[in-house]
Amino acid sequence: MKEQEKNRIQQAFKEKMDYDELMNCTRCGFCLPSCPTYIETGQNEVHSPRGRIALMKGLVDGVIEPSDEVKESIDLCLGCRACEPVCPSGVQFGHLLEQARDAIYQTNEQSFIEKTTRSFAFNKLFPHQNRIQRATSLIGFYQRSGLQTIAHKTKAIKLVPKDLRAMEKVLPDVPKRKVMKQRPEQVTAIAPRRKRVAFFSGCLMDTMFLSTNDATIKLLQYAGCDIVIPKTQACCGALHGHSGERERAMEMAKRNIEAFEEEAVDYIITNAGGCGAFLHDYEYLLREDADWQKRAADFSRKIKDISSILIDLQFDELDLQVVDQIVTYQDSCHLKNGQHTFMEPRQLIEAIDGVHYVEMTDASRCCGSAGIYNIVESDMSMQILDYKMTQVKNTAAKTIVTANPGCLLQMKLGIEREGLSDSVQAVHLVDFLLQAYEQKEEQVTT
Amino acid sequence: MLDETIRKKFLAIVGNNHFKDDNATLLAYSYDSTAQFQALPDAVITPRDKMDVQAIVNICNEHHIPIVPRGSGTNLCAGTTPLEGGIVLLFTHMNQIIEIDEQNLTMTVQPGVYTKDIFEAATEVGLFYPPDPGSMHISQIGGNISENSGGLRGLKYGVTNDYVLGLEVVLPNGEFIQTGGKLAKDVAGYNLTELFTGAEGTLGVITEATLKLIPKPETTKTMLALFHDLETAAQTVSNIIANRIIPVTLEFLDQPTVKVVEDFAKIGLPTEAKAVLLIEQDGAHEVVERDIATISTLCEENGAFDVQIAQTQEDAEALMTARRSALSALSRLMPTTILEDATVPRSEIANMVQAINDIAKKYDITICTFGHAGDGNLHPTCLTDARNEEEIARVEKAFEEIFEKAVSLGGTITGEHGVGVMKLPYLHLKVGEAGINVIQQIKRAIDPKNIMNPGKIINMSKVEV
Repeated sequence: MKEQEKNRIQQAFKEKMDYDELMNCTRCGFCLPSCPTYIETGQNEVHSPRGRIALMKGLVDGVIEPSDEVKESIDLCLGCRACEPVCPSGVQFGHLLEQARDAIYQTNEQSFIEKTTRSFAFNKLFPHQNRIQRATSLIGFYQRSGLQTIAHKTKAIKLVPKDLRAMEKVLPDVPKRKVMKQRPEQVTAIAPRRKRVAFFSGCLMDTMFLSTNDATIKLLQYAGCDIVIPKTQACCGALHGHSGERERAMEMAKRNIEAFEEEAVDYIITNAGGCGAFLHDYEYLLREDADWQKRAADFSRKIKDISSILIDLQFDELDLQVVDQIVTYQDSCHLKNGQHTFMEPRQLIEAIDGVHYVEMTDASRCCGSAGIYNIVESDMSMQILDYKMTQVKNTAAKTIVTANPGCLLQMKLGIEREGLSDSVQAVHLVDFLLQAYEQKEEQVTT
Repeated sequence: MLDETIRKKFLAIVGNNHFKDDNATLLAYSYDSTAQFQALPDAVITPRDKMDVQAIVNICNEHHIPIVPRGSGTNLCAGTTPLEGGIVLLFTHMNQIIEIDEQNLTMTVQPGVYTKDIFEAATEVGLFYPPDPGSMHISQIGGNISENSGGLRGLKYGVTNDYVLGLEVVLPNGEFIQTGGKLAKDVAGYNLTELFTGAEGTLGVITEATLKLIPKPETTKTMLALFHDLETAAQTVSNIIANRIIPVTLEFLDQPTVKVVEDFAKIGLPTEAKAVLLIEQDGAHEVVERDIATISTLCEENGAFDVQIAQTQEDAEALMTARRSALSALSRLMPTTILEDATVPRSEIANMVQAINDIAKKYDITICTFGHAGDGNLHPTCLTDARNEEEIARVEKAFEEIFEKAVSLGGTITGEHGVGVMKLPYLHLKVGEAGINVIQQIKRAIDPKNIMNPGKIINMSKVEV
């Protein structure tokens, strides 16, 4: 690392870190057993929450200088926040991590390629839903046009690194661009109306996982919700926030607050644990902005995961059925650690006739997806995934249910890597629930 | 910084993967759980086995390099802070349970095994390893032995020392010694097992330990007693013991502590009480029922306004887990928590609690008190801010007075956390000048070059001249 860059990063740490929060860590070490990277690195303190906080504080205090090893420690963190619920001192590690990444990446001299890629993704792509639609439809074109088949037949696909190749295989069949563009803005309840909610559709969820969004809306209708889907909403900004692009994340936050605050709704529903936790955090993100602070707090308070509202509305008491099978659940880290929602998905799954639920060991440990972590820190991600798949296999589950698109793709990737695609499937909770509901309905009507 | 030739020698022993001296690693091993102490080592080495340990010790001895053996760094006396630099030694590769001997009721372990895993392995075969320090989920047995850790079950079952039957130690001169063994009786020479237990790594490196296990108690029962003031609660503790009942656990928590613990654990602790006793008894079913009934009566007679008995094992476990989080949870209130563990004879608990409150008032500082009241081991915890130098000076004066008071009541400056460097200035209060002299001579005899965790327990600079 160059001298100039060191100075810049150190200065940025002094300016950007919340020193009081750093001081809150008593270094008791209670977080250590919860940290996937601490475990996977053979108990290396450098890759533990306590160690990372000490490094951040060390940089601010001037005890150490920035270095490649320090940066690696911050990079290798999954950001899963499993350390937060077990911290007796209540340290908000997720916030510290975002500040540290902001300090490193807003000043870091990245390579030209890294810089261009980051700038393209964070500034040009994710802030604009129409561009995401276009990018996603390219994948759709690749899948539908026969190009995918050609790539596989000609073995051209082998030019792509192995892990990405597997990733390409597990991408869902994406809808046509025309379909992505024609989204409803108002939907009325099918069951007697009990709540009026807004739906946060999410950038990737509303393109690559469009059918899951449709299923979410359907479930809300069956549960008795009128749904409004503001057209002006944008990407939640989580990918930006977690990668040290705070300014961009704040812009997205403001756009979303504006898009939703006019709607008189009880809740804003999300179906992606990662987005939900970040939306929930807008209040913190904009805490220093006098004009936005209260508006952000009002917004954050309304955020609710789909599983949580379904339990509120007793969806689990409806007739639900699937073919007899063993089912297991992989927690979404941010749904559990960020929004404290982990009982509800299990309760819903167990309410389905035909489900034999088996909890896997360490179900709440991160699967290694973690946003774009499985691409940028591929080795560690795959190591973590291998552990996860061992636990999945021990349950003998046919279906792995998840509550976040990143986790879903990662579990599909795990199934693919283990050669289990004939016997095991990964599904989003809402798709599974809708199937269970409609299957029963069909039975009743026929 | 290590001399390049020495660095190469270490690398030749353990290889690149087990020797680190980049700045991130040095910082990550520059602290333990003790507030206000930090110092960078020169390198962090992870030996693969005891032969590696011996080879490393030999090099350190030859070149006068300090060695700091470290488990998970959860101690509270700055015992593993590498104050004089040197090598931090980790035991993550020496983490095997070697044997559970069901004939002799012993377990032989390497130093890197987690305390919790020892407890669980014993439970699996119907046996019991009682010592349960607050950090047992992450602490390593090597650290527990070196600090002679206590815990919540100390009252009835004693501390780590009571369960160490034998040790294998690499001495500073590189020789191995074996002390004790799978023996109920052994009076061959000085009790070296007890000498190395609680030596805080100042006399050698523990490479193996034989632990005593006992039959698992049939059943346990947990209860809470709530009081309107601290003194009544403290008096109740003395009365329970005077009534010839020894519960497993007899913990004391004041109101601020109960409030923060409840804030973290959310298990419905009674935050309206000024003081709470958390009591657990184990043993045969009839005995437990009888003891809990008697304790309940005693609590009520002494002025408890409510007595609650945990109905399920989960409730009981939640209470104990919540208690273990007390120290860290207190840090929610202020940036810095300074914890002490002054200990007095059980009969003096009420006096000590009173004295702590008076001293806190005198120096105008906030002290919350919780602890193992049943064994006289209190944890007065000062909530402060390390950045406020003027207040920190008052805190130090207050603690000095607390230590003096404890010793004057027939107590000690530290019941279970160890001296380390944190309580080194107060050691003379407890052991006197003659005691200091003996400790120095023992240290000099075993570690003449003062390479083993220098600066802990005893200051050698005075005698070295």
